[in-house]
Amino acid sequence: MRLPATLALCVLGTAAAAQDRPQLVVYAYDSFPTEWGPGPVIEAAFEEECGCDLRIVAAGDGAALLSRLQLEGPSTEADVILGLDTSLVAAARETGLFAPHGLSPEMDLLPVAWDDPDFVPFDWGYFAFVADEGTEAPASFEVLAASDLSIVIQDPRSSTPGLGLLLWVEAAYGERAGEIWEGLADNIVTVTPGWTEAYNLFLEGEADAVLSYTTSPSYHLLGEGDGTKVAWTFDEGHYMQVEVAGIVAGTDQPDLAAEFLAFLTQDAAQAAIPETNWMFPVATPEGGLPEGFAEPLPQDRALLLPPDEAQAARGPALDTWRTALSR
Amino acid sequence: MNAAVPPRARRGPPRCPGAVAAACVSALVLLPLGAVALRAGGPASGGAGAALAPADWAAIRFTLWQAALSATLSIALAVPVARALARRRFPGRAAVVTLMGAPFVLPVIVAVLGLLAVFGRGGLLNDALGALGLPRVSIYGWPGVVLAHVFFNLPLATRILLQGWQAIPAERFRLAASLNAPVGRLLEIPMLRAAAPGAWLLIFLLCLTSFAVALTLGGGPRATTVELAIYQALRFDFAPGRAALLAAVQVALCLAAVTASRAVAIPSAWGAGTGRVVERWDARGRAARIRDAAWIALAAGFLLLPLGMVAARGLPGLADMPGSVWAAAGRSVAVALASTALALAAALALALRGGRAAALAGALPLAVSALVLGTGLFLIVRPFVSPLDVALPVTVIVNALLSLPFAAGLLAPAVAQVEAGHGRLADSLGLTGWRRLRILLLPGLRAPLGFAAGLATALSMGDLGVIALFAGEAQETLPLAMYRLMGAYRMEAAAGAGLLLVALSLGLFWLFDRGGRHARA
Repeated sequence: MRLPATLALCVLGTAAAAQDRPQLVVYAYDSFPTEWGPGPVIEAAFEEECGCDLRIVAAGDGAALLSRLQLEGPSTEADVILGLDTSLVAAARETGLFAPHGLSPEMDLLPVAWDDPDFVPFDWGYFAFVADEGTEAPASFEVLAASDLSIVIQDPRSSTPGLGLLLWVEAAYGERAGEIWEGLADNIVTVTPGWTEAYNLFLEGEADAVLSYTTSPSYHLLGEGDGTKVAWTFDEGHYMQVEVAGIVAGTDQPDLAAEFLAFLTQDAAQAAIPETNWMFPVATPEGGLPEGFAEPLPQDRALLLPPDEAQAARGPALDTWRTALSR
Repeated sequence: MNAAVPPRARRGPPRCPGAVAAACVSALVLLPLGAVALRAGGPASGGAGAALAPADWAAIRFTLWQAALSATLSIALAVPVARALARRRFPGRAAVVTLMGAPFVLPVIVAVLGLLAVFGRGGLLNDALGALGLPRVSIYGWPGVVLAHVFFNLPLATRILLQGWQAIPAERFRLAASLNAPVGRLLEIPMLRAAAPGAWLLIFLLCLTSFAVALTLGGGPRATTVELAIYQALRFDFAPGRAALLAAVQVALCLAAVTASRAVAIPSAWGAGTGRVVERWDARGRAARIRDAAWIALAAGFLLLPLGMVAARGLPGLADMPGSVWAAAGRSVAVALASTALALAAALALALRGGRAAALAGALPLAVSALVLGTGLFLIVRPFVSPLDVALPVTVIVNALLSLPFAAGLLAPAVAQVEAGHGRLADSLGLTGWRRLRILLLPGLRAPLGFAAGLATALSMGDLGVIALFAGEAQETLPLAMYRLMGAYRMEAAAGAGLLLVALSLGLFWLFDRGGRHARA
C-alpha cells in the first residue's frame, strides 16, 4: 500500500514545516494563486523575506470572497483577505471582521488619494470597452448609445465588472443615468453572469465590444502577440477598480499580516502585477511598466466614488438599470 | 402501482435500503437548506423573514414559463426522433445515439459557445443567411434561452423515450402487425403516457434552476431566474435568509411538479417479452422512411454541429494547456466514478422501494440550487473539519445527489417492468432480498443501469458544482480549471481543456452505456 504511506509522509511533512515556521493564510480570488497568476511569484518572494509559510487559498471570485469570509465569521482561518474591490469596501468594513493596518505605503501610480485605515490597494485598473482596432471607437456613452455598435456587458447583480459599469454611469451622469441606460438598451446584445462569459462572447464575434479593462489589450499584445485589440477612451472619464487587501481582525499573526500587506506594495510584488494580473501596479516598478503595456489615462479622467457613496448608490442604481433595460 | 405489487412485505424486492436512501437524500438536501436559513442574522443579512419582492415574482414567473416551454419543446421534438431511432437500423446508428447524448454533459459555457458558433451573430447560420442575401437573426432573449435548453435536454428526452420504445416487447408489434391493429394507439401512445411525463418533469426541473444559460443568452434583466436571485443574495448581498427563502420556493415548485407529473403518468404494464430486436411492419412505407431519416438528420445536425465547433475550437488549445489541467482531469475522473457508484446505489434502492416517497426523494435534489446546497454543506462541515480538507469528498456527494434524479428516473420504470413481468414467479419461488436482486433484477436492468451510470459519470465530470466553493490548492477539477483559465484570458488553453472534458465525459458515457446495451443483446 504505497498510497497511504505517501499520504502519511505528506501530512507529516507539512505538519513539520508548519511547526518550524509561522503560517499566514491569505484568502484571494480564484485567478490569483494559479500558476499563471501573481500568487507563485509573490509567495516565493515573501517567504524568502519572512521566514514563514505563506498559504494563498483560492476562495471564490469577486464578491464571493467577502461572502466566504462572512460565512465563516470570526472563526475563519484567514489572516488576510486579498482582492476585494472598492465597491465592496464599505460592506466589508461593516462586517466588523477587519482590523486597521497602520501602514502608509508609497503609491505613486494610483491616480486617487488613498487614506483608508483598513484596506491597502495592491493594483488597480480602469473599466473600459474593449474592441477590435478596426471598429469605429465612440468617444462617450452618449455617442455609443446613438450608434449601431453592439456591446456585451456583465450583470451588476452577479459580477464586479458589471457593478463597476453601473457605478461608472452613475458617477459620470448622476441623475441622467436612467436616460443613458435606456439609450444603451438597444446596443446591449446580452448581459452575462460574469466577466468570463462576456469576454468569450466578444472574442467569438457576438458583439463589437465588451466591458473589460483598459489593460485587457495589453494581455493580447504581450501574452499572445496580438496587437489588434483596443480599449475605447471615453470623454466623461473611466471608472476605476481598485483591488485591496485587508487584515482579518481575528488573526493570530497580526504582525506577519501587516508585514505581508506592506510587502504587497513593494517592488518585488508590484513588478509582478502587470504581466500576471494584467492590472496597473499602485507603485511604479523599478524598471517602469513593461514595454508595450497600457499607459494610465491622464489623472483627470479617473472616476471613483468613495466607498460609502458607492454603497449608497448601488441599490437605486440597480433599480434604474433594471427598469431601463426591462422596457 | 400495479397488480404486481406483492401483498405481503416479505415478498417482492427488498424495500428497506430504499427507505434508508430516501431518508439520506432528504437529509442531504434539506439540512443544508436549513443551515443556510439559520445562518441568517449575521452582519448585513436580510433576516429569515425577508419577503419576496415584486422583482422576485417576475423572476419566478419567467423561471416557470421558460422551464415549461423548454421541457415541452424538448419532449415534442424527442418523440419523432426517438421513434425514428427506435424503428430504423442504419450503419453508425450506435455512434449517433451515443454522440447525441453529448450536449447533455457539456459544461454550460462550452455548450453556449458551441451553440453561438452555429446560431450566434457571427455563427454558421447567420453566415449562410448572409450569403443567401437573407436578413440575419439574433437568438438573444427567450428564444436563445429555450434553444439552449432544448439543445441540452433534447438528447436526454430522446434517450428516455427511446428506452421506452425499446421496452415494448417485439411480440406486441408482431401481434399488432398480424391483426393489422393501429400500433400508435395501442402501443406507442400508452408507452408515451408512461414515459413522457417523467422525462418532462426531469427537464422542467433542470431548467428551473438554470442560471448561466438563462442569463447569458437571455439578453438582459427580463430573463432573470430565481437562481440568479439566489446567487445575488448569497454572493453579493450576503443575505442567507433571503437565499434560503428563494431556495424553499424552488423546492415548493419542484414538489408541485412531481405531484402533478405523477398524476398524469400512467405506469406501463407490458407483459414480459424476450427482448428481441423489434421489426416494425408499420414503418415500411417510403414516406415513413423519408420522414424518419429527416428527423434523425435534423436532430443530429442540431446537436452535433455545435459539438463539432467545440472540438474545432479546442484542438489548437490542447498543446497550450498547463500541466495542472491533466492533474485536474485525473481528479475529475476519480470524483465522477465515485459519485456514480453512490448515485446508482441510491437510485437502485429507491427504485426497488417504489412509491410516492421514493419518487419525491429521487427528484428532490434537482430542485435545490447547487449554490445553496454547497453553502449549506460548507456551514455544516466547518465546525468539524476544514472545508479545504473535504473538498473532494463533498463534491462526490453533491455530484451523486445531482445525478440521482436521472438514475432514479431511468431505473424506477425498469424495475417496475421487471417486477410486473417476473415478480410473481420470483415470489412463488421464494426469491427475496439479495438473491432476488442478483438473479431476477440486475440481469433485466443492465441496459438502464449502464445508461444511468454513463449519464451520472458524465454529469459529474461536467459539473462545476460545489468544488468552486470548497477547493483549495491542488484540488481543482477539470471544469474549475477550465473556468480559471478563462478567467485569466487564456481562452485557447481553456478551449483545449473544454475539449478534453468533452472527450473524457463522452468516453466514460460510452463505456458504461455500451456495457449496458451489449450485455442486453
